[in-house]
Amino acid sequence: MTDLTFQFENLSEFMLMAGHGPYVWACYLITAVALIYLACAPLIKRRALFAELQRQARIESHELNKRKQASTENS
Amino acid sequence: MGWQWFHRLGSPRWFYEKTNAWIPWLALLSVALLLIGAIWGLGFAPADSKQGNSYRIIYIHVPASFLALAGYYIMAISGAVGLIWKMKLADMVMKSAAPIGAVLTFIALVTGAIWGKPTWGTWWIWDARITSMLLLFFLYLGVIALQEAFQHQATANKASAILALVGTVNIPIIYKSVDWWYTLHQPATLKFTGESPIDSSMLYPLLTMIIGFYVFFALVLLMRTRTEILQCERKTRWVKALAGGQAS
Amino acid sequence: MNVYEPSQNRNNQDSTIQAQSLNTPGVWSGFWATFKRDGLIAVRHRGEMANPIMFFLMVITMVPLGISPEKAVLAMLAPGMIWVVALLATLLSLDGLFRSDFEDGSLEQLLMSPQPLYFQVLAKVSVHWLVTGLPLTIMAPLLGVMLSLPSAGFAPLLASLLLGTACLSLIGSIGAALTVALRKGGLLLSLIIMPLYTPVLIFGASAVNSAVEGFPIGGQLAVLGAFLAVSIILAPLAAAGALRISVNG
Repeated sequence: MTDLTFQFENLSEFMLMAGHGPYVWACYLITAVALIYLACAPLIKRRALFAELQRQARIESHELNKRKQASTENS
Repeated sequence: MGWQWFHRLGSPRWFYEKTNAWIPWLALLSVALLLIGAIWGLGFAPADSKQGNSYRIIYIHVPASFLALAGYYIMAISGAVGLIWKMKLADMVMKSAAPIGAVLTFIALVTGAIWGKPTWGTWWIWDARITSMLLLFFLYLGVIALQEAFQHQATANKASAILALVGTVNIPIIYKSVDWWYTLHQPATLKFTGESPIDSSMLYPLLTMIIGFYVFFALVLLMRTRTEILQCERKTRWVKALAGGQAS
Repeated sequence: MNVYEPSQNRNNQDSTIQAQSLNTPGVWSGFWATFKRDGLIAVRHRGEMANPIMFFLMVITMVPLGISPEKAVLAMLAPGMIWVVALLATLLSLDGLFRSDFEDGSLEQLLMSPQPLYFQVLAKVSVHWLVTGLPLTIMAPLLGVMLSLPSAGFAPLLASLLLGTACLSLIGSIGAALTVALRKGGLLLSLIIMPLYTPVLIFGASAVNSAVEGFPIGGQLAVLGAFLAVSIILAPLAAAGALRISVNG
């Protein structure tokens, strides 16, 4: 393969990119944010869904216990 | 025997459990490819003779454009499968693919516009590719908006499937029309990749990024579809058990 | 054996076949029935026919007010502006294509009839075009005069709009069918249909522009004709499918 040499003198040159730095880095940054959003959104939705289901399960078991208690008290 | 997996796909639960193991591998692969490709393209590929360093945006713009178009076809095909074979899973894949494709189209548009500033001195230029991307973005937004508008999920899926299919038929027509329109108004054609063949030292990081984007798309599509499965099947016992297991 | 007499023998095939050929309506009879009905409704609501035309006129009037009344500027804008506004006027009128039938239940009846839905949709779209697209096309030369369109552009304007508005009605019917069951379907309809309209707009406006610059426009008109042919075949199919989904969903 072709020889891989780092194309810039030092890190600050890398940042500046001969004046084109802001454009290139803005693009990469926006893309990184967008891709991270795409990856995280389903995870957050899943967590919210599970929290909701757990809450519902708690409410249901609470009601079930109350009804059991009421029936044992009556009998 | 060969079609068994196709029929198994009718069960969202089977799909969910089967793909449990795929996620970490896809995540690892996509992150590795994207990081390698990005660092390679940013730091190790030589600068372009005409455009200098701003051409490095190509390593995002081109993969995003490919995926934006591919994503629409994936959405349309899964919509068609859901419409014809009435497969719930296919509908879920279609619904999940739409926002991913829209975001990728957005990335392609923004990077294309930002690339235009140092290259042509303007933030926006009505050239064939960007205009076609913009129309593709509108096609995505239409499908997403149609999905959101219906209250009954099954109706929403069928309607979006039809819209996606109509859009698919139109995409080549739109691209060709915009291409032709642009040749009328721009005497000097300036293509992003130029008329000269791209050098191999620039091509390899580009290929890496393209493959990385494809794998990432597969990863996010899978994750979104799985969450959609959980959402649709949330009243079933296996999903409730899954949710309960998270408490511990 | 006389067909109208009950047959003596057990085998009634001959008489039934004869009877069937007399009673079964042909495929186009559904088309004409719907066409006549929609046409009658349109004629009875003659005032509504004026709405797209007035919209056309008023928006074109805003162009010199908003941009510039200079002849040179207007002449350059004219072909594209007339085309864009014609497109918008068509979009606005599309929402009503199926909606009133949907609301009073006659759309459901249409879906249940044994006639193929394709022809029913084609009939409705034809009436829509006769009531919207055709008047817009006829109005266009007047608006061309108001916008200082060069004389070479008038015939191409008519030709391109004639073919183009028919395409717009057909393609738009798909969007109308998809959104007919939704409450605020109108704006969503525009959102969905606009990208699909761009090829028609590009070639239609380009035909007028090229003619003004002195080039032959056979190519553009041929492409518009091709769009129309494909739309006539495919659009009612998609719209019919979408109608079934909207009504039954």
